[in-house]
Amino acid sequence: MFAPQFDYYRASSVAEAAALLAEHPEAKVLAGGHSLIPLLKLRLAAPSALVDIGRIDSLRSILEESGTIEIGALTTHAELASSELLRSRATALAEAAGMIGDPAVRNRGTIGGNVAHADPASDLPAVLACLGAEFRVTGGDGDRSVRASDFFEGLMSTAIGEGEILTSIGVPTVDSACGSAYAKFAHPASRYAVIGAAAALVVDEDGSCTCASVTLGGLVPAPVRATAVEEALVGTRLDAAAIASASGLTGEALDTDDVLGDVYASAEYRRSVAQVWVQRALSSAAARCG
Amino acid sequence: MRVPVSITINGRQYSRDVEPRLLLVHLIRDVLGLTGTKVGCDTSQCGSCTVLIDGVAAKSCTCLAVQADGLSVTTIEGLAGDDGLHPLQESFWNKHGLQCGYCTPGMIMASHELLRCNPDPSDDEIRHGLEGNFCRCTGYQNIVRAVRDAAGSATGGAQ
Ligand SMILES: Cc1cc2nc3c(=O)[nH]c(=O)nc-3n(C[C@H](O)[C@H](O)[C@H](O)COP(=O)(O)OP(=O)(O)OC[C@H]3O[C@@H](n4cnc5c(N)ncnc54)[C@H](O)[C@@H]3O)c2cc1C
Ligand code: FES
Ligand code: FES
Repeated sequence: MFAPQFDYYRASSVAEAAALLAEHPEAKVLAGGHSLIPLLKLRLAAPSALVDIGRIDSLRSILEESGTIEIGALTTHAELASSELLRSRATALAEAAGMIGDPAVRNRGTIGGNVAHADPASDLPAVLACLGAEFRVTGGDGDRSVRASDFFEGLMSTAIGEGEILTSIGVPTVDSACGSAYAKFAHPASRYAVIGAAAALVVDEDGSCTCASVTLGGLVPAPVRATAVEEALVGTRLDAAAIASASGLTGEALDTDDVLGDVYASAEYRRSVAQVWVQRALSSAAARCG
Repeated sequence: MRVPVSITINGRQYSRDVEPRLLLVHLIRDVLGLTGTKVGCDTSQCGSCTVLIDGVAAKSCTCLAVQADGLSVTTIEGLAGDDGLHPLQESFWNKHGLQCGYCTPGMIMASHELLRCNPDPSDDEIRHGLEGNFCRCTGYQNIVRAVRDAAGSATGGAQ
């Protein structure tokens, strides 16, 4: 398959990339290319030019600074999955990144491209929403930070505006009384998420849950918080019975016409089994608390 | 638009002016004539186009040639050294890790990646490590045996 013709510019800095985007309004950013190149080959996208940000090394890092883990947009899924910092402080993110596609896909695909593309079947949007991440965007009207709830606007649509570049994602660090996990019903052929459930739990010294965050992806256009599940968990000791009964409330978050279905898994089926993945994510997150 | 690229493939430098839309796999196969690397699905799924870019496995059907500019690429043709076949090539041969051979270049490059990240994998880890590579012939059993065998010889193990 041959992509349509386009021009190509390689940026060596974020400022240069922003200038190139301003100069070529029909251009698209190219990061790892693992969502964009397939689209180009299928001719579902036909930008006049690509601005390749793939060599801007300053966008490839995972750093802890004052209560936040700041992850550069070009950090690959393989780097997320193997980061000791993420594995210990934002376990669900490292876990989800390690479940993306296959090793070669994880070597090239980036966190920034994954969330900017905002495919409903992607894994990282739900996890980042669950962990309360903030998205740093530059270009256009200057720098701004966008909360996850405002960042994912809908099906393949985000708050990144025309001419803007996502530079990094800030994930709040958690103390050792917190545990997080991601559970995924992977499509057996594509390995994308049919259902993805992310959970983050905080417990006090007595092992009682003080805060719960549960987010679903895969079966909805943009990540959805399961607030009824969260509320049911607070105050419990996160034992198997409490987790099972809270997970049973998953459907309340999915009580909309928005649930996605396809020839592999219908919306009704996904809605009814989602609680199983919520329960699995909660059980692992609870086991990681403390 | 044509863009100059200079890529070192299997230790030899190639410089060409290419269209930005040219895929790395087409540069390798059609422009440079290195036909060891295959195209199976052309949709990033099957892994038969797997090469190493700066030592790390990538699907060359999902990479533009311009993205590899200035980098070093290894294809199946570059694995054997002066002293003969690479241990993975030897073990795919010895353990019958192939039938028609179409998936084999990609399978061997993906196995190379697996052993780079995990020099002594379990059978389960081998299967997971190769999940991005499809084989329509072997049923995978002998591929797993071949990789286990190569891991054994690389680490000086008993196999
Ligand atoms: C075979 C296969 C299997 C996959 N399986 C999964 C899976 O199981 N789970 C999953 O979550 N994903 C999966 N993916 C998608 C993968 O995670 C992609 O890497 C990711 O979605 C896109 O990242 P990228 O760096 O390749 O972005 P690109 O393809 O380069 O870009 C994607 C989009 O984001 C824009 N963009 C990229 N970076 C920025 C930026 N910094 N600022 C602004 N805009 C930007 C681009 O303009 C483009 O529109 C799979 C992909 C393949 C090919
Ligand atoms: S041809 Fe590249 S993955 Fe199938
Ligand atoms: S040997 Fe024929 S496809 Fe693998």
